[in-house]
Amino acid sequence: MEKKLYTISVYSENNLGLLNRISTIFVKRHINIESLTVSASEIENVSRFIVVVNMTEEAVKKIIGQLEKQVEVIQAYYHTDDEIIFTETAMFKFKSDLLFENPQIQNIIKENNMNIVTVNKTFFIIEKAGRKHEIDAIYNAFAPFGIAQFVRSGRVAISKEAMNIRKILGEIVQ
Amino acid sequence: MKKTERIIGAEAVVKSLLAEGVDIAYGYPGGAIMPIYDELYKYQDQLHHVLTRHEQGATHAAQGYARTSGKVGVALATSGPGATNLITGIADAQIDSTPLVCITGQVASHLLGTDAFQETDIISISSPITKWNVQVTKAEDIPAAISKAFYIAKSGRPGPVLIDITKDAQLSELDYSYEKCTAVRSYKPVPETNIEKVKEAAALINTAKKPMIIFGQGVILGGAEQEFKDFVEKSGIPSAWTVLGLSALATNHPLNVGMVGMHGHYGPNKLTNECDVLIAVGMRFDDRVTGDLSKYAKQAKVVHFDIDPAEIDKNVKTTVAVLGDSKDTLAKVLEFIEPKEHSAWLQEFRDFDKIEFDKVINGQLNPTKEGLTMGEVLQGINKATNDDAVIVSDVGQHQMMAVRYANFTHTRSNVTSGGLGTMGFALPASIGAKMGAPDRHVVAIIGDGGYQMTCQELGTILQTGTAVKIVVLNNEFLGMVRQWQQLFFDKRYASTEMINPDFVKLAEAYSIPAKKVVKREDLQGAIDEMIACETSYFLEVMVEKEDNVFPMVPTGASVSDVRLE
Repeated sequence: MEKKLYTISVYSENNLGLLNRISTIFVKRHINIESLTVSASEIENVSRFIVVVNMTEEAVKKIIGQLEKQVEVIQAYYHTDDEIIFTETAMFKFKSDLLFENPQIQNIIKENNMNIVTVNKTFFIIEKAGRKHEIDAIYNAFAPFGIAQFVRSGRVAISKEAMNIRKILGEIVQ
Repeated sequence: MKKTERIIGAEAVVKSLLAEGVDIAYGYPGGAIMPIYDELYKYQDQLHHVLTRHEQGATHAAQGYARTSGKVGVALATSGPGATNLITGIADAQIDSTPLVCITGQVASHLLGTDAFQETDIISISSPITKWNVQVTKAEDIPAAISKAFYIAKSGRPGPVLIDITKDAQLSELDYSYEKCTAVRSYKPVPETNIEKVKEAAALINTAKKPMIIFGQGVILGGAEQEFKDFVEKSGIPSAWTVLGLSALATNHPLNVGMVGMHGHYGPNKLTNECDVLIAVGMRFDDRVTGDLSKYAKQAKVVHFDIDPAEIDKNVKTTVAVLGDSKDTLAKVLEFIEPKEHSAWLQEFRDFDKIEFDKVINGQLNPTKEGLTMGEVLQGINKATNDDAVIVSDVGQHQMMAVRYANFTHTRSNVTSGGLGTMGFALPASIGAKMGAPDRHVVAIIGDGGYQMTCQELGTILQTGTAVKIVVLNNEFLGMVRQWQQLFFDKRYASTEMINPDFVKLAEAYSIPAKKVVKREDLQGAIDEMIACETSYFLEVMVEKEDNVFPMVPTGASVSDVRLE
């Protein structure tokens, strides 16, 4: 079976130690995590993990089973890239002098509709949300000028299909 | 307003255990759990604490207790090494689905993360091998944590849970009241059964020409032995067991065709690859059951009854999966199946039995060699106990011999470390097993290797006066590893030969009546004496040194390539 990128979304209770439990499920099976984002979900005390992995569908199904088996996991889903809307954020830091020395930098910023986060006498920071390949392209465009610092977030994703977590919680609560 | 009382956290622990109906716990005290032990002293009339000689023994004893009684086993330990010593038993309970509640003391919360004396991060360490775990740092959180722990440990597919309680939480006061946990919003212990799947399963079963059942511990854990027996008898399907399924159906039942897997019986292994419908009930297609998966039951349609959705399609692709509690799903499918007999098909199993008897079993039970065999020891125990003992086995050749040759008439009578294969399991587990089934004969079958891993628990037997019968089958080797060395490593016996102490003297040092048997004519008499003895008893049997366990499915082979020699 063919390996591809799957985005796994896990809704869980916001409890200490759960990150460890969830990451162990991947580590135990020798699965490298391409990207991991953990944050508060839209529901109080419920966390949302977004894990991007490169594996076969058969293997990802088994992972979902193991994730849902965790007592504090409410529900886990997996999606291919065309079943979700997803993005990641990147920030680039440059020495301020560069902006005056290399007008191309301004062009790259404009062409990519990047946001300026902060500017001061010594450095400036710009950001861009987009797909991985878009961020990679911008990085490659900036690289010859000397990027002082670069950081990118993990993927965040929304499924095209409804996830009904409130309903699941509601059903269990009543 | 709920009625509450002002007590300290440590007392809340003991009162919560009592509220859960716990009357026995296994453990070992130490600095960070002393407040709880102080309360155990106060409540000793209601809660019997068994002091084991090592924390690993506490978990295995709790497992033995849980396995025979069907209740939740409880183990207590202090922080640091106390907690890490629990790990092997917890891992064993996790893989064998045994309900345990383990309570560990922890350093005071202000010391967490400072590398304090006897501090270990037991929550992180135990996460992959617990069904659930939690650290409690506030006294007021203790009752809810314990009630949640018991609910999770015993519901659905059971498993071990661990509660780590900081010393300050044990010592500070709370307004205590106890409420049993009946639901956890993120946790669904029993998946809903889809009645359509039940009907599909029944249709496959009804049209099958050569159906075969493999049953696992799920039948026992679901308390579904009667439903299972009804299902087997109505459908007339030959039924084989996994190591942990053993004793769910009497071994002498006409449709019981023996064990599957690496050292299973010849017929069920061979015919797994000939059946047309394979019905798995509460088992998980472990690699020791399946051998090479790419050559496992490929011709068969597979029906899988299980409570754990993660087991479906994990190793073997199913045709129909029936999720739910075995007691419920088996009762449901019973309504839709037609009464059948499969005599000709059953006869195929019996024909293989005959071959296996001639080539393997006869030599074990009616040996012509001078040396004693493990099989004849088990046969002697069957005879002395009327096929009705609880057999607690350790791990290795003697374990496979025990499950192959012991007869069972009652459920929850086979206690062994199946999934983890923990040497040293049997002696401490037998203590708990006897306490969980005080009216039954509990016989521990142990090899000379595994015995020496936990034989300090003889001290627990001495102190508690538990009437456990200990049988050490001594071949002066780590026999199973030696067997593999013989078969696959050109007889290079690397570190498998054992120079053993005088086991009889060792038992006598703990005031346990003991005997050593070296000759066949002394065997049955010694076994009878052991079973008749009202106290604990130690019996060492010197067995053939280089006997092998057969049949055998070598690692990586197909089950139908099972070897008889």
